[in-house]
Parts: sequence; structure tokens; C-alpha cells
Amino acid sequence: MVEVKTAEELNKKFLREGMWPTIFCNGCGHGVVLEYTFWALEELGWDMDKTMFASGIGCSSRLPGYINADGLHTTHGRAIAFATGIKAADPDFNVIVFTGDGDCAGIGGNHFIHAARRNIDMTVIMINNFIYGMTGGQLAPTAPLGSIATTAPYGNIEHPFDICELAKALGANYVARWPVSHPYQPIKSIKEGLQKKGFSLLEFLAPCPTAYGRRNKLGDIKKHWAWYDDNTILIEDYDKIMKYGSVKEKEEVKDKMQIGVFQDIQKPGFFELYDQLMERLKVEENKKREGKK
Amino acid sequence: MIEVKDDWCKGCNICIDRCPVDALEESDKLNKRGIRPPQLKKENECNYCRYCELICPDLAISVIPDEDIKKVEKKTLLSPVGGIKK
Ligand SMILES: Cc1ncc(C[n+]2csc(CCOP(=O)(O)OP(=O)(O)O)c2C)c(N)n1
Ligand code: SF4
Ligand code: SF4
Ligand code: SF4
Ligand SMILES: [Mg+2]
Repeated sequence: MVEVKTAEELNKKFLREGMWPTIFCNGCGHGVVLEYTFWALEELGWDMDKTMFASGIGCSSRLPGYINADGLHTTHGRAIAFATGIKAADPDFNVIVFTGDGDCAGIGGNHFIHAARRNIDMTVIMINNFIYGMTGGQLAPTAPLGSIATTAPYGNIEHPFDICELAKALGANYVARWPVSHPYQPIKSIKEGLQKKGFSLLEFLAPCPTAYGRRNKLGDIKKHWAWYDDNTILIEDYDKIMKYGSVKEKEEVKDKMQIGVFQDIQKPGFFELYDQLMERLKVEENKKREGKK
Repeated sequence: MIEVKDDWCKGCNICIDRCPVDALEESDKLNKRGIRPPQLKKENECNYCRYCELICPDLAISVIPDEDIKKVEKKTLLSPVGGIKK
């Protein structure tokens, strides 16, 4: 196997020929998530013939189309249901889902909840841009209070969904959130999520300058990307400040979005338990047959 | 050396803005989109950290270290993610 050292070599290995450059707008964060996933896959050395992608509908859900591997571009919100199907048909496949905040937390919310609860073996990479980008900027369930969207022209009054908190509560094995604006932690974290048996969720905070940034006056691409540096805080730092910080420090960080790894546990996954169940039934069945002889 | 696939670049300038040693600038050539893809500044201060390569949303940059060229390494302007601004 040739060792991949540059983006050029990475492209040759992972990109589906003829699909690049992407349809994404200038300054969009989606392409970066794909790239981080490629580097993680490269470091893991996974066989791409044994790795399958699934996605729903949205700008973010276009990602599997750029990858030189099998993928299902399914209906809106249903990526996780299809991914469960792939895994049930052949548990040897590694299944990765690319989805958006609208696709996963909005219309696909129930699929997400139950896949996490059942601890189905898959890695869900949800790209949260606080908006329905593809359809022109309707309010997403993850949008911060006060956000402007075509369906919230006077500012969002709905409390946003914290999808990581939800996944944690459902007992998902791996839960992490990162902004796309720094590469190192996300690549490492995707690697951890992919390797994890059971359900992993990686939420990426990604800029959508076209449908979100523009309406919410986040400035040009440079300022919009900097928003993610200024408005996020590592969970470890957040916890320390909330425990030992001064009133002023607490005030400064209380509205920031926490990032980092929120859960990393080792509960048996659905297919592990399913195999055990099958083994048990086989033994019982054999015993019955012996008895009849 | 920095290799840029000119026609893949959309001109977001994230590479230029985020290079920790400010080694990149817009070039003077236009690609087919009418964009000026990045290039190394005349005085090459790149330390081959590969940050621009990792963060380019369009996978347009490859960083290839020139091993034989020895130069002083510039201090990085990189600040860690999160935390409180000093
Ligand atoms: C059943 C159904 N309802 C609505 C739509 C229209 N639709 C297409 S994409 C989309 C929103 C996608 O938002 P998100 O998942 O956040 O992706 P983004 O474009 O922001 O990456 C909607 C509502 C659809 N395709 N199918
Ligand atoms: S609309 Fe937003 S999410 Fe969609 S490609 Fe453009 S910037 Fe990206
Ligand atoms: S980050 Fe990539 S797309 Fe953006 S200006 Fe640099 S080379 Fe072009
Ligand atoms: S490799 Fe690092 S130092 Fe060199 S141009 Fe890219 S970001 Fe700047
Ligand atoms: Mg979205």
C-alpha cells in the first residue's frame, strides 16, 4: 500500500473521479468535514470496499457522492434507517452516515433517537450549520435563539436542540462535537468514532455563509469562520470554569457552545447482542433435537 | 513548496487567513472562475505545518516540504481551540 502524504494523494485515493470541485458555496464548511473523514480513514487504513456511506437530502447529504466507495443517497431524514439496513444485511460492512441538522435532528429525529438507543453499529457525522441550507435557509431545530431564517424573519424563539446531549442521554457509545475551523482534534475524534463498536455521533459545527451567515450578519468568510473560534469552548475548560471560575469568567463562557468528546463508553452494540442471541438459540435448538433422538 | 489546483480553488482565502505564519498571499493569476488562487509569498516563510492543506474546503492545496532548503522557522501565531481569550 502506498503511503498517502499529501492532499493530492488523498484525492487520488478517496475522491470519485470527475465529481470535484464540489457544488458547495465558497466558504462552506461541508467540504472540510469530508476531508477530515478522508484523513481519518487513511490513518485507519480501512478497506473502502468494505465501507459504505449513507446520507439523506441536503447540501451535507451530497458528501457520499464525492467518495470513491459505495453509498446510498436516500430520502430526506432516512439515512440512518438505510444505514441500519446495510448493517443488518452484512454486519461486516463499516457504515458511515453523513447528514445535516435538518436531515438528522429535524425530519429524521426519530430514526436518530432509536438508532442511538439500540446502539446500532454505525458512525453518524452530522453537519450542523444551524439552517436548511439546500432549500434556501429555513429555520433548523439546532439554530441558536435569535437566529434569522426565511421562516424566522424576526428571530428564532424556539429553543435549539442539543443533539449531543440527546445522544449522551440515549447511551450512545461515542459522542463528540467539533467546529470545522481547526483540523487536528476532529480528525483524531473521527478516528475514535469510526473505531468504536456501537453508535457514534460526531457533530460538526460548520459555516453556511450563503443561507445562515449572510442573514445573520456574521460578516465575510473570515469573520464567519472566526465566529466558531470565539463562540465555542472545550468541555474540560467549561467544566473547570463553572467549578472554580470567578463570576465574570462564568458569565463569559456560559453561552458558548461546548465542544469536545462528551461520551466515550463501551456498551455492547446491537449486532454484538444479536449474535449472542443467535448463538444461544442455536444451542437451545440443538439440545431440543438431541432430546428427540 | 505549495501546490494549488488552481481550478478547484473557490477563493475563500481561509488558507491565507489561517496560515499560522502568514506565508500565503493571493496570486496575480486568475483561474477559470475569475478567482486568484493562493501562492507562497516571495520570501518563503512556510514551515510546512500543512494547516492550509488540511483546512482547504476544496482539497486544492498540497504541501510538499523542500527538504534541502534550510531556513529560520517563524514563530506560530496559532492559538488553541476554545478557552478564554487573553
Ligand atoms: C420529505 C421531504 N421534505 C422536505 C424536503 C425538502 N428539503 C430538501 S433538503 C432540506 C433541508 C436540509 O437541511 P440540512 O439537513 O440541514 O442540510 P444542509 O443543506 O443544511 O446541509 C429540505 C427541507 C425533501 N427533500 N423531502
Ligand atoms: S447553501 Fe450553505 S450549506 Fe449549502 S453549499 Fe451553500 S454554504 Fe454550504
Ligand atoms: S482554502 Fe482552498 S479554496 Fe480557499 S482560497 Fe485557499 S486554496 Fe482556495
Ligand atoms: S504549510 Fe503551514 S506555514 Fe506553510 S503555507 Fe500552509 S499553513 Fe502556512
Ligand atoms: Mg443544515
